[in-house]
Amino acid sequence: MISADLNTILPELLLAVYAMLALLGAVYTGKDKLAPALVWLTAAVMAILALWIGTAGSGTNPAFHGMFIDDAFSRFAKVVILIAAACVLVMGLGFMQKTKMLRFEYPVLVALSTVGMMVMVSAGDLMTLYMGLELMSLALYVVASLRRDSEMSTEAGLKYFVLGALSSGMLLYGASLTYGFAGTTLFSGIINAATEGHLSIGLLIGLVLMISGFSFKVSAVPFHMWTPDVYQGAPTPVTAFFATAPKVAAMGLFARVMHDAFGGAVADWSQVVALIAVLSMFLGSIAAIGQTNIKRLMAYSSIAHMGYALIGLAAGTEAGVQAMLIYMVIYVTMNVGTFAFIMSMSKDGQPVTDIRALGMYSKREPGRALAMLVLLFSLAGVPPLLGFFAKLGVWQAAIAEDMVWLVVASAIASAIGAFYYLRIVFYMYFGEDREDALDAGGSPILWGFLVVSAFIMVAGVVNLFGLEGPAAAAAATLVN
Amino acid sequence: MTVFAFYLFSLCAIVGGLFTVIARNPVHSVLWLILAFLSAAGLFVLLGAEFVAMLLVIVYVGAVAVLFLFVVMMLDVDFAELRAGMAKYMPLALLIGIVILMQLGMAFGGWQASELASSQLSAPTPAPEEMQNTVALGVLLYDRYFLLFQLAGLILLVAMIGAIVLTLRHRTNVKRQNVLAQMWRDPAKAMELKDVKPGQGL
Repeated sequence: MISADLNTILPELLLAVYAMLALLGAVYTGKDKLAPALVWLTAAVMAILALWIGTAGSGTNPAFHGMFIDDAFSRFAKVVILIAAACVLVMGLGFMQKTKMLRFEYPVLVALSTVGMMVMVSAGDLMTLYMGLELMSLALYVVASLRRDSEMSTEAGLKYFVLGALSSGMLLYGASLTYGFAGTTLFSGIINAATEGHLSIGLLIGLVLMISGFSFKVSAVPFHMWTPDVYQGAPTPVTAFFATAPKVAAMGLFARVMHDAFGGAVADWSQVVALIAVLSMFLGSIAAIGQTNIKRLMAYSSIAHMGYALIGLAAGTEAGVQAMLIYMVIYVTMNVGTFAFIMSMSKDGQPVTDIRALGMYSKREPGRALAMLVLLFSLAGVPPLLGFFAKLGVWQAAIAEDMVWLVVASAIASAIGAFYYLRIVFYMYFGEDREDALDAGGSPILWGFLVVSAFIMVAGVVNLFGLEGPAAAAAATLVN
Repeated sequence: MTVFAFYLFSLCAIVGGLFTVIARNPVHSVLWLILAFLSAAGLFVLLGAEFVAMLLVIVYVGAVAVLFLFVVMMLDVDFAELRAGMAKYMPLALLIGIVILMQLGMAFGGWQASELASSQLSAPTPAPEEMQNTVALGVLLYDRYFLLFQLAGLILLVAMIGAIVLTLRHRTNVKRQNVLAQMWRDPAKAMELKDVKPGQGL
């Protein structure tokens, strides 16, 4: 019995054991001198696990009395999470070394937080959900304030921690109301009790409180306040991490709870999710207009993008979940490339985040500027790039459910949002050539990530690299 | 008697919570907090969850609250200044508090558990004659909830790493005590006697 259960959680187990061994090994030997090697090793372990989960897993395997579920949906999310985490680790290595904040705890904490994310997307019980969420968040709070001599970084970590604790409180309160109603914390039991039209007011309040908790983790309005400050204050590689893997995990968890536990009452939550989606899209698009710090811009961009992804969830159908998953993969790919570019922005070895410093960047670095142009157009959703097809997917899912108003609203928001992406393009191609221009060159690793990500945005249009099949299978196991 | 105890403990918990927030002296705040914890423990005893009640007293009153007291007394924080904003935000806070109170009133006033709730309990409390509460909790925690227990361990590990990462500083140029070097020092070589003649110096 227990060996079968352990077999199911083997990927999480291996990553957790690896993290603990790496910690012990580094403490007793080279300490921070080992950090670069540990970063590469952690990324390699994650990549191998992703490959293994992606190829070897099959079927739906509940473990630990249904508290942990390994199915096509969780495997899809885990592969994306692991690859995103590995990419960000490798990408940020040079930046962390240059700014002298690379410590051996960094890869260990990222690995442990990834274990938490993997548990989140596999949760089959409210308690497993909470454990995964806290494991992820606690490690994220620490890496946010990794640069402890910087006031901004410390403030980012503290803000994230206090607001995160508040959201955990709301989530737990919602979970306890749900438990009180259903008599069980297992999703498979809650779905029996929570059927359409029979939700008692207590359960509804519980549901809304839980949605609030998830909205905080995906940084959706009105629980987005932490995002710009934390994105700006955290070291750039950590910001890149925040913008990728944890977002996929939180979105996966959101979808799992909504469909696995409250799948019988779609009408009750879909309107709440739709409202959050609309608010996020508009706030993300409008509030970013006045920003000149590129990390704050990316924070608002991520708020808006979470809004679009939530449209897929609001549709409440299999097609909606599939569109949401594809949206998240494309969003992560775009973000990896964009953050590779942001990390290469420097002046005399010091990182720069002001977008006005990009004036006439195209003249000095035509290749990089072109790749960034493709990524920004894709983030804005300009056809025929992949970012447009991501939006098209969620729109189709929403139209199939007669949510035309949602589609119209998101089209308007996306038109407003295009302004600030295009402004960066404007600075790069038509801005004034400033004295304090950015350094040329940069690490080949960042260049590689930037180009590959931009290439995917163009080439992925053909067939999405066969992503639709696995995403459809993942959605089918979740919605039934 | 039970009803009387329930209302007594509830009242104490609410009063304790209220004064924790509004007490002027932070040390008094912590003491009020201890009252709230103790009352909550009393409520748990009334529910028949004596193990949780004892945990609350031992962990929260015994460890957490005492730690709070130390922090409050040792840190030089100007609480009066921190509290200056309270009057400004009071109306908004009261409004939000009242709205939440009304919502909870609605939730619990019209509370209706699912008909399936009693049949879906995954681990109903066993009769006290068969198994004590503490034993039942242990069986549940280390067997059925094994995964959760281990995950909680991982979370604590992260908390520990975090505390060390954020606070430990390796200072250079600091003289540290080397016990072995001290013990192996040869008294004969450590000291040299000089005969200093009066009025001449060395």
